Amino acid sequence: MSMAAQTTTAVEPGDAAALAGNIRVSVPERSLRTDLRAVSIVWRRELIRFQRDRLRAVTALIQPLLFLLVLGTGLSSLARGSLPPGINFKTFIYPGVVAMSVLFTAIFSAASIVWDREFGFLREMLVAPVSRASIVIGKCLGGATIATLQGIVMLALAGLAGVPYNPVLLLTLVGEMLLLAFTLTAFGVMMAARITQFQAFMALTQMLVLPLFFLSGALYPLRGLPGWLGVLTRIDPLTYVVGPMRHAVISHLTLSPFAMQSLSPPITWLGWPVPILLSLGIVIAMGLAMMAIAIATFSKPE
Amino acid sequence: MAAQDGNGHRPPMAITVAGLTKNYGDIEAVRGIDFEVPVGETFGFLGPNGAGKSTTIKILCTLARPTSGSAWVAGHEVTSERDAVRRNIGLVFQDTTLDNYLTGAQNLRFHAALYSVPAAAVEPRMRQVLEMVGLWDRRDSLVMTYSGGMKRRLEIARGLLHAPHVLFLDEPTIGLDPQTRASIWEYINELKSREDITIFLTTHYMDEAEHCERIAIIDHGKIVAIDTPEALKASVGKDRVQIHTADDPAAIAELARDFGIEAAMHEGAVTFSVTAGEQFVPRLFGGLSVPIRAVSVSRPSLDDVFMSYTGTTIRDAEASGTDHMRQFAAAFRGRR
Repeated sequence: MSMAAQTTTAVEPGDAAALAGNIRVSVPERSLRTDLRAVSIVWRRELIRFQRDRLRAVTALIQPLLFLLVLGTGLSSLARGSLPPGINFKTFIYPGVVAMSVLFTAIFSAASIVWDREFGFLREMLVAPVSRASIVIGKCLGGATIATLQGIVMLALAGLAGVPYNPVLLLTLVGEMLLLAFTLTAFGVMMAARITQFQAFMALTQMLVLPLFFLSGALYPLRGLPGWLGVLTRIDPLTYVVGPMRHAVISHLTLSPFAMQSLSPPITWLGWPVPILLSLGIVIAMGLAMMAIAIATFSKPE
Repeated sequence: MAAQDGNGHRPPMAITVAGLTKNYGDIEAVRGIDFEVPVGETFGFLGPNGAGKSTTIKILCTLARPTSGSAWVAGHEVTSERDAVRRNIGLVFQDTTLDNYLTGAQNLRFHAALYSVPAAAVEPRMRQVLEMVGLWDRRDSLVMTYSGGMKRRLEIARGLLHAPHVLFLDEPTIGLDPQTRASIWEYINELKSREDITIFLTTHYMDEAEHCERIAIIDHGKIVAIDTPEALKASVGKDRVQIHTADDPAAIAELARDFGIEAAMHEGAVTFSVTAGEQFVPRLFGGLSVPIRAVSVSRPSLDDVFMSYTGTTIRDAEASGTDHMRQFAAAFRGRR
């Protein structure tokens, strides 16, 4: 129809005449480029909000620090007898506690979708001429980024747990946290796509967060467990990141091979040790699958 | 429906709606409506809450799929060409859709990126729309520090940022105080003079409908009248008289018996329509045995138009429609 015939020209920067008169803007057809721009702006919004909300960043540190410093110190005398010489209980639980801070931040950032829905901003995103996938991907990447940043703050405190500031170790941990953060955000976004009430979402995540943490082997090594607990730890996705993270920490300490084996036993499936790369591959595959479900849910028209 | 010019060409249409219906479960929110809005017109949907205004706007904005019928906006079909429609429309919803934790400018930049406004045009266009609504000086303040009226103005600016061909305003002044409402209308009227744009708005304020070039009156999901405000008022013809008396039922009975006038209680007063109200009132004082305490005569307004087409005033319709609305809202929430 005639609407398309209206001439539109983009304005030149610094064009005084255009500033004085009416600025003509043409919105281009949807393409990969426009979708990528949408991913990028949704991602950047998460960062801006994280940067602005310093209080949240500080409060998100409190629980992991409680676990590390209070529980870790309190239990270390008890654990001393069963730990090999040269390692502190705090060092042992440190990877799990770092994973915990990532867990909290990732789930909380996914909760912002429910928040956005309640305050209407989600609608601004959903009516835009971009694919819903780009909104969901931007959200998952944004949550992954800020949860990793939060984890990096915990990494800065490695010294408190007797973990060496080794660049290779730190980079390995950052990479593993990034995978974990992405998968957990995707999990949160998948749930937020269906649960539209903030209270219900928070109640559900409260219910899930601690079991995920406790079953991941964050506080104990995954060997000699009773059968039921062994099964549960193997279906907890967090296990597949906490294991490799602990392996990285332990292998950068000076310990006997036997001590390493007993502190960081490989995750086994019916006796078969799961390689670390497969372990991390499982995590990323789960994250991608959950993100795909979230995209499908958001793409359904009313 | 729309006029044809001398050559038999129809003027270009910004919106065309044909046989549109929308059901939410058992509830028929929209029950078969047809209308067209020519390019450049300001067109208003007037009706009480729950009449189907918001549902229609949602379908036109591609946020809801029609149950049957079809609609074209800016030359594109709303279900099969969803993205094309979205690129060409600006939206201002009833409820705020701003991010309170971002500044005004950040909200607009977010929007510019989602709509792929060319990078070089973003800053100058942003300045233009923000100056238009008087928020340029406050662009770097967090939206949470804005007043209700400022938020609405920011939403209007944002809706215009990507230079849409059609701007949808769903109850643009709801929940605002009268002064702020007036200033929002100033911005909208200024906008009409500056941008080459079609405006589709919904309102349940009669006085706001007067700002429109044409109005459709919608009630219970159907369009009951569609014309210019002047033509609609002329079609009523009669003045509206409201009297407060010592005994309203007796007054209504007497009006029917002695004057042959059908009166009813509306807004707490005995209300009826007569031609030449000023001349009628003196006769009333002489002829009515019930003491009259107060009287008012008004020229036909859109209120009367609404009343003559639907048999009720818009306020009465809202009061009785509350139950229906709740039921509708519950059904709608269940769908989200």
